[in-house]
Amino acid sequence: MIIAERKPFDEIKQEILNYKKVLVLGCGTCVSVCMAGGEKEVELLATELRMAAKIAGKELVVDEMTVQRQCDKEYVEAVIEKAAQYDVVLSMACGAGVQFVAKTIEPAIVMPAVNTKFIGVCEAEGVWAERCRACGNCMLAEYGGICPVTMCSKGLLNGPCGGAKNDKCEASQEKDCAWVLIYNRLKAQGKLDNLRKFTGARNYTFQASPSKQVNEAYVRPELAVKK
Amino acid sequence: MTDNWEPVVIAYLCHFCSYSAADLAGSMRLEYAPNVRISKLMCTGKVDAQFILKAFEDGADAVMVSGCEEGDCHYLEGNLRAKKRIAHVKSLLKEVGLEPERVEMYNIGASDAPKFVRAVNEMTERARKLGPNPLKKKENTVPA
Repeated sequence: MIIAERKPFDEIKQEILNYKKVLVLGCGTCVSVCMAGGEKEVELLATELRMAAKIAGKELVVDEMTVQRQCDKEYVEAVIEKAAQYDVVLSMACGAGVQFVAKTIEPAIVMPAVNTKFIGVCEAEGVWAERCRACGNCMLAEYGGICPVTMCSKGLLNGPCGGAKNDKCEASQEKDCAWVLIYNRLKAQGKLDNLRKFTGARNYTFQASPSKQVNEAYVRPELAVKK
Repeated sequence: MTDNWEPVVIAYLCHFCSYSAADLAGSMRLEYAPNVRISKLMCTGKVDAQFILKAFEDGADAVMVSGCEEGDCHYLEGNLRAKKRIAHVKSLLKEVGLEPERVEMYNIGASDAPKFVRAVNEMTERARKLGPNPLKKKENTVPA
């Protein structure tokens, strides 16, 4: 899932400084699971904003709403009517959600309340770690299910750099050397031969920005791409 | 407002230890500040940051959360979770502009009624020194 963290409170306050009616809009999917922008975090942020405004003697209306996904048309369309009643929408979704809401309720003002960090996994309660850089050309099959693009600080595809010490990365002692992990995994799988193969330079065209994905089987006829 | 002002202290107490200590304080006829308003929970592990922020938003002057002694939680580690959460709430209060000292975590065993009395009195005194919660609505002022 996409991992995010809430922006510092002062930055959020600055974003909404000139507005009097704020809708804090949560997202019930990724940011909800990583406890950055779900229903509960919306409640906390809205309460904090109301409290801070009252202490500062400022008039501020802060309401709350959370939709299942801010990156999905059917859920975001449900926001249009409500959002029209506010000066600004403070979106707690990832960057994709913020942009999608901004486009949907254009030209209404939408501000981000979280910083989107990475695609990752939940390692333990309250701990998330990056696992995928969305490079567009998955090579996990060759590396025993450990991604060198993401897990190696240098993104090396053909073996370790030689700087690892005690199985830790030379860039940070807190990080495991991805190539030690890959070697151990392939050894356990009896697939060390994989390492004899040479992997050519990465093809960055797979990661063209902004990327788009179309599944023709599901595209409505009136919207289908004409060939 | 300050003339008649008496602090309101909200206490979230766990069912198995701290609430029993409060109950025992009554049975022992111990006297403590009448400013405390007790809310019983099964475990302090249930205490959410929002419970505490909401209490302050609605005008509480101080909030105390009290669970079992560390290592004695009926649910094993609910009180340890609460401890972390209270530390987090302190940082939230600071962000908002309220004194972090307005909230505190205690650990009071079921048989430790005197400790409960000390804790309530301490929080009431602390709230008195800090003064009224600036978020307090005038109509919520407690009569002397």
